[in-house]
Amino acid sequence: MADVSNVDAFVEFERVQKSYDGENLVVKDLNLTMPKGEFLTMLGPSGSGKTTCLMMLAGFETATHGDIRLDGTSINNIPPHKRGIGMVFQNYALFPHMTIAENLSFPLEVRKMGKSQREEKVKRALDMVEMGAFGGRRPAQLSGGQQQRIALARALVFEPELVLMDEPLGALDKQLREKMQFEITHLAHRLGITVVYVTHDQTEALTMSDRVAVFDDGRIQQIAPPDQLYESPENSFVAQFIGENNTLEGTVKEINNGIALVQLDGGELIDCKPVNVSKPGERTRVSIRPERVEYNKERLQEGVHTLKAEVLEFIYMGDIFRTRLRVAGNDEFVIKTRNAPDQIRLQPGQQIEIGWLPEDCRALDA
Amino acid sequence: MTDTAATGGPVLAADGTPLKKSLARALRIQKLRALALIAPLLIFVLVSFIIPIGTMLSRSVANDLVADTLPLTVVALESWDAESGELPDEPVYAAFVTDMVAAIAVKRHTRLGTRLNYEQTGMSSLFRKSGRKIKKLDPAADAPFKDTLIGINKDWGDVETWKVLKTHSVRITNGYFLNAIDMRRTPEGAQAQPEDKQILVTLFQRTLIMSLVITASCIVLGYPVAWILANLPARTANVLMILVLLPFWTSLLVRTSAWKVMLQQQGVINEVLVWVGLVADDARLVMINNQFGTIVAMTHILLPFMILPMYSVMQTIKPTYVRAAKSMGATDWTAFWRIYFPLSVPGIGAGSILVFILAIGYYITPEIVGGTKGVFISNRIAYHISSSLNWGLAAALGAILLAVVLILYWAYDKIVGIDNVKLG
Repeated sequence: MADVSNVDAFVEFERVQKSYDGENLVVKDLNLTMPKGEFLTMLGPSGSGKTTCLMMLAGFETATHGDIRLDGTSINNIPPHKRGIGMVFQNYALFPHMTIAENLSFPLEVRKMGKSQREEKVKRALDMVEMGAFGGRRPAQLSGGQQQRIALARALVFEPELVLMDEPLGALDKQLREKMQFEITHLAHRLGITVVYVTHDQTEALTMSDRVAVFDDGRIQQIAPPDQLYESPENSFVAQFIGENNTLEGTVKEINNGIALVQLDGGELIDCKPVNVSKPGERTRVSIRPERVEYNKERLQEGVHTLKAEVLEFIYMGDIFRTRLRVAGNDEFVIKTRNAPDQIRLQPGQQIEIGWLPEDCRALDA
Repeated sequence: MTDTAATGGPVLAADGTPLKKSLARALRIQKLRALALIAPLLIFVLVSFIIPIGTMLSRSVANDLVADTLPLTVVALESWDAESGELPDEPVYAAFVTDMVAAIAVKRHTRLGTRLNYEQTGMSSLFRKSGRKIKKLDPAADAPFKDTLIGINKDWGDVETWKVLKTHSVRITNGYFLNAIDMRRTPEGAQAQPEDKQILVTLFQRTLIMSLVITASCIVLGYPVAWILANLPARTANVLMILVLLPFWTSLLVRTSAWKVMLQQQGVINEVLVWVGLVADDARLVMINNQFGTIVAMTHILLPFMILPMYSVMQTIKPTYVRAAKSMGATDWTAFWRIYFPLSVPGIGAGSILVFILAIGYYITPEIVGGTKGVFISNRIAYHISSSLNWGLAAALGAILLAVVLILYWAYDKIVGIDNVKLG
């Protein structure tokens, strides 16, 4: 976990639990601290409790147990409209019976702001998302991407310090989504707002966030900056969920100098970095990223254990080659290599030897 | 392939015929098939709905009876000046006797009497009584007739009798419509009915006002119910929906009679109030056979027609709208009034149109619980259809009712917009 001292904590979840039916916990013992200005993404499969957390923060759900604090004060008993938190909803929730300008003006009106001041702020917010010419239109007359921008502008127009976003890009096509990811991050950093972003798209989480909290089964499995999350997953769920991953199962034989010797179920021996294992005899699931696997003998480090592999399939993907191998009885072992002039193109049926650096191969929980 | 830009002519299909023509041919079969599919319904609607309404509406202006029964008299009366205050001359009387003898032979004179009795009481018996004596006259031999007729009945010597005959001898008349709005057709033009016969305009006003009150009470009672139904989990909502629909499955007559049991002076409500001591035994509330009874019973009966469209519209309002409003700082009330309510207006509109149009033409319930003060215009129409047999007036009243509904519909379209009406 990132070490954020409680002094500058802006958003805090302390031992928060949530149950809807009194029998099952949707959120189990959630602890989270966010400093001001952070862009935090809650990532996880559906039903993992991430949206529930967001709704508790927004005030639409009450925590069954625990404390949620905003800027040092507990907000458990503050109704949503007094929390001053901006929110972007999954399907934008633009009011269909109002024009774009009226939509943006609404949060200012309920704050009893004067007309001229309102108009000025609406105009500024529309310009901020480059939608200045659309004030008179109705939401239904805008494309998905345009509606998305308006929803963003509406959440920001009353200048909240905290903005929540609930899968805001889910309805957009891939290209537009990538463009909006970029725009949202830039806007958030420029305005210095704190953002809690919920998504089930891991690429989105990795590209946008300062930190990502991976949710599963009502708990945060790991909370870390994107690079740490990808390169040093703390358990096999995170390793599986973030990015592509190869898994081999085995038993720890010995642990020496921070390197674990793992005997795979087929008898082969490999070197790993022990993460969730501490003593010989433990079952483990070994995780290795496809792009960290090396098969060019000249580049393999001396003395490392290697495995025999058979090439099953070679897929040309333009920028990379994707090769499926059979390794230690696993038919789904994938390696990725950059399409470089000197790169060897493997042929199906070819027998090769593969290896990796021990620190890239992580021995996780079984 | 022929390119328009290249040739400048019309686009041609592959076989050389113009594309438009070949498209029309291709679509014609589809259209014919579609027509064949709706034909049974179309014929049914035509026979059972459009034609009856059309003939009914034409009855509101048709007035062939006088001109058909007394053809010679009508022609002879043309030269008579009704304003002169003098009786018509002998030729009119002669023509009248000739016409009457022919009419009596086929017994049409009593129908004519009934028709003219709508305009002036006494005409029916005048025609019936005179008929027996005129039958014995011979149009060829017994001239002159003026004094004979006046001798048979002195009303034939009254200018008013002839005035009525002349005024209502036109084949297309506005008389029924004038009657429907408490006026009458006279030789001097349209005039107000005598004070004691003016009841229809009041009845129209009462029908409109009470229908509005019923619609309003349906909105007030139905809105919260629809809201609860729309916001409950689907399973619970379905169970409660049965309670809303239950009245639909009960006979209208039973429901209305039930209200009679509830509301009458010896009824459930009064008995309870007396028992509790809120009302003295000799001062029981009068809640039935008046407007109150009609409004209560009809609100209850029409409520599902308000709840259902409201419910189906409210179901489509996503809860995120209200959440979004609250996240932007709106209180519960503001979020409801500025966001939820405007989005639910199409449902209110659809329900109101439905309830109002049903209410304005309602018959059974006002008939049973309305007494004299709580009846609607439709009860008057029914009276003219089945009791007084003045179908022309009934048709005119019906036509006015139809026009009122259409005008209100049009006004609603102008103000709210009909595409804002959603039934689901």
